[in-house]
Amino acid sequence: MSDFETVAATEDQAARRGVSGEPGTPDRVGVPQKPRSLAGDAWRDLRRKPVFWISLVLVVLVAAMAAVPSLFTANDPRDCVLSRQHAGASGGAIFGYDFQGCDTYARAVYGARASLLVGALSALLTGAIALVVGMVAGYFGRWVDAVLSRVIDIVLGIPLLLAAIVLLKRVSTSSDTVRLFAVIFVLAVLGWTTAARVVRSSVITAKEQDYVAAARMLGAGHGRIMWRHILPNALAPAIVVLTIALGSFIAAEATLSFLGIGLKAPTISWGIEIDAGRVHMRESATPLVVPSAFLALTVLAFIMLGDAIRDAFDPKLR
Amino acid sequence: MFRFVLRRLLQMVLAFFGTTLIVYALMFAGQGDPIQALAGERPVTPAQRAYLTEKFHLDRTGVGGFLYRYLDYLKNLLQGDLGQSLTGRSIGDILAAAWPVTVKLALIAMAVTILFGVTAGVLAGIRRASLFDNATLVLTLLVLGIPTIVLAPLAQYLLGVRWPVFPPTAGADPDLYALLLPGIVLGSLSLATALRLTRTSVAENLRADYVRTARSKGLARRRIIGVHVLRNSLIPVITFLGVELGNLMSGAIITEGVFNIPGVGFNLFRGIRTEDGPLVVGIVSVLVVVYLVANLVVDVLYAVLDPRIRYE
Amino acid sequence: MTESAPRPTPASPTPPGGHLLDVRDLHVEFRTGEGVAKVINGVSYHLDPGETLAVLGESGSGKSVTAQAVMGILDSPPAVIRSGQIRYRGRDLLTLPEEQRRQVRGKEIAMIFQDALSALNPVFPVGWQISETLRHRDGMSRADARRRTVELMDLVRIPGAAGRLGDHPHQFSGGMRQRVMIAMALALDPKVLIADEPTTALDVTVQAQIMDLLADLRRDLDMAMILITHDLGVVAGVADRIAVMYAGRIVEHADVRPLYRAPAHPYTKGLLASIPRLDVRGRELSTIRGLPPNLMRIPGGCPFHPRCPYAQQVCVDVVPDDLVLADGRTSACHFAQEVHDDRDR
Repeated sequence: MSDFETVAATEDQAARRGVSGEPGTPDRVGVPQKPRSLAGDAWRDLRRKPVFWISLVLVVLVAAMAAVPSLFTANDPRDCVLSRQHAGASGGAIFGYDFQGCDTYARAVYGARASLLVGALSALLTGAIALVVGMVAGYFGRWVDAVLSRVIDIVLGIPLLLAAIVLLKRVSTSSDTVRLFAVIFVLAVLGWTTAARVVRSSVITAKEQDYVAAARMLGAGHGRIMWRHILPNALAPAIVVLTIALGSFIAAEATLSFLGIGLKAPTISWGIEIDAGRVHMRESATPLVVPSAFLALTVLAFIMLGDAIRDAFDPKLR
Repeated sequence: MFRFVLRRLLQMVLAFFGTTLIVYALMFAGQGDPIQALAGERPVTPAQRAYLTEKFHLDRTGVGGFLYRYLDYLKNLLQGDLGQSLTGRSIGDILAAAWPVTVKLALIAMAVTILFGVTAGVLAGIRRASLFDNATLVLTLLVLGIPTIVLAPLAQYLLGVRWPVFPPTAGADPDLYALLLPGIVLGSLSLATALRLTRTSVAENLRADYVRTARSKGLARRRIIGVHVLRNSLIPVITFLGVELGNLMSGAIITEGVFNIPGVGFNLFRGIRTEDGPLVVGIVSVLVVVYLVANLVVDVLYAVLDPRIRYE
Repeated sequence: MTESAPRPTPASPTPPGGHLLDVRDLHVEFRTGEGVAKVINGVSYHLDPGETLAVLGESGSGKSVTAQAVMGILDSPPAVIRSGQIRYRGRDLLTLPEEQRRQVRGKEIAMIFQDALSALNPVFPVGWQISETLRHRDGMSRADARRRTVELMDLVRIPGAAGRLGDHPHQFSGGMRQRVMIAMALALDPKVLIADEPTTALDVTVQAQIMDLLADLRRDLDMAMILITHDLGVVAGVADRIAVMYAGRIVEHADVRPLYRAPAHPYTKGLLASIPRLDVRGRELSTIRGLPPNLMRIPGGCPFHPRCPYAQQVCVDVVPDDLVLADGRTSACHFAQEVHDDRDR
């Protein structure tokens, strides 16, 4: 359950400082800053960072794996023959076979799809909820903000794993597709709060700015102001948070599947593979190590990518 | 201070009713056959069916019946009567046996966190941008990025099976040594978070205006950092540790499951695996209460530590 | 790089024993990732026992940085003291080892800050914070320190001092908090008190009370005081001399009355013209056009020339030296005498 909280612990600071920046405010030394594009600065900073490139390559690789797994392995992950149990590497099976006699590498490759699907869809859904709640709370303020902030506090206080157990218990006997969407739904419903806080605070920053006041005085409606002026400001910080969240959603999906309440066989998921590999680790460790490495590298890639982007946008605390 | 605690206590009671109602509703409302839902895919014996019907008053129907059942569940929960698991054991007895183990494990993890996480965090915060600081940042990012379901089995394999430094599983009545590896695994995540939090907090406080004041009073650097900065920067850290201890107490489901430690998390793990509905409901209900109480304690602790909150 | 060339120190008569505090040709830079900001570019001023010097300037002019350099509490990085001397009773503080330097702080030179709420530690009671200085610097016992703390709080006129020892900073009003700061600074009987914008964060009525208190304390305790402010109105009744800073230099240095009567630097003139005056009706308040310079790219020649109504070609080309006017005041302006004599603009 801590995967979420660790992200939350670091995120809120970025939120408070407001990634959108305050143009024209002289700093403490009284050195007036030459106005420069924040995104341009961030990009120049990012380009020089090996961490950024490594994690980007990893992310692209996993995405390709999820989209076209047959590019990476010619073997069928569901072609399992018990006589090959824990057999060594042969043919395309570079990491040998697992307890069921399935190609360990092929199963790890095919596992990317479920993980990324859950991660990406949860992040999208999270982003949608967070943008709506954060914008409404930040823009309208007053009692709307008070109520929504309370709701955020309450949802933030729910222990993720316990809640997921309770919620997913309802669909334990349903079909694979239903379970997939149930996992996505549960992760999004429990995971939108951090992003909503980030959006809310960048909306509050944007709202104070002169051009928004000007737009309001020119008679622009709430909808137009939010869409044209405030949304663009809230988007960049939200995307950073969601990139990191995507990593934690993938980890959370694997954890739920590992426990047996997320996805279930015949769906191929790294969490299920790790659990199966763990049981037979004394006979052969590769069926445990390979999906573990895939999962860890994927989660790390997203977290490092988000971390690098955030650092680039917010260099103050380095 | 008193009013603050009272207000938080009231909030907690409300949260308690809200959360238990949600847990209960999600578990039982709108199911075709609630008994089968409790048991999952397992066949239900007539004896179990009779027990569950009586236990959960499933003979009553409708919203009224639901509320009646909820209140009955609540009454039992408050009286400490959690009923029986599908295996026929009293859930209360199961938990009574499991708590001490979980608490022991949580304390080991907490000790690891404080000993290494907070100390390293303070050092990294003081020497920001040093080699040590950068190294801890990279290491903690790795730890935060590697999910427990990877870390726990791998640690078990490497240090328990491949190079047997520690016993790979704990077994029925684990001693301290058997709990050490799982404790470290469990604590590593809190360690990384605590380290980062401490580092940021110390670094921020070192730049605070009151540090400049303390320097202009001519105090020694040791005293400025050791008293003024630490007292302020440890407020969020201690709060985090409190929340985290609550989390650890409420069962390290994966770590206990992987290392076969007969704690609360392990029993929940087994309840989920064997689709033992009553066991899961019972444990989750208790854990929710533990979680709420831990949060209350942390809030009060926060108020004690930070006078600005105390007099709000 | 003409602006970094060493310049003569202002001509001021040095008494036989030397000044109490003497800052000579101080250069400070802030080195950041963005470049080097020249924050202090050859500041010299001095302070004699019992005297009040006001240091005046906009934010970013270097007035606070100079004071922090004197206290030895600059944050480095980013601050680096390039050159110069800070002599206190004849000893150069900049060459002292840190341990001896620390002994000077609070005991010889003490400082109070602009925002007392953030300058006081939020988690400790104010009594604890005042007596901390006494106990750890003077080695007083707990009971003695407590007695002395109450005395100090009475001295700065905090009502019911004994009953408020256990209160935390946020439980005090802004004015009372600033009094706590002052009491804390006075704990070790310093000879020099540096007050860095002590009233900026306060209401106007409270401002006057705090300024009166500071003036009384300075007289009663026979301290010397450096009063840093951007507010010319605050200075008039309290200060003996004024040093006006711009872009890390002292551009004008004079006794209070002559300076108010006839400023000899266009910048001072601009500052004076921007104060609302009760005695002059129907005149529009003027402002100084433009913005203070970016300290990473200080203009060549006189740093004020882009904003100066008197600017000529020479101001763009040549850094002005400190000109000594008839009555011993100095002004870093090529046209100091003209500005001084020009009463209309």
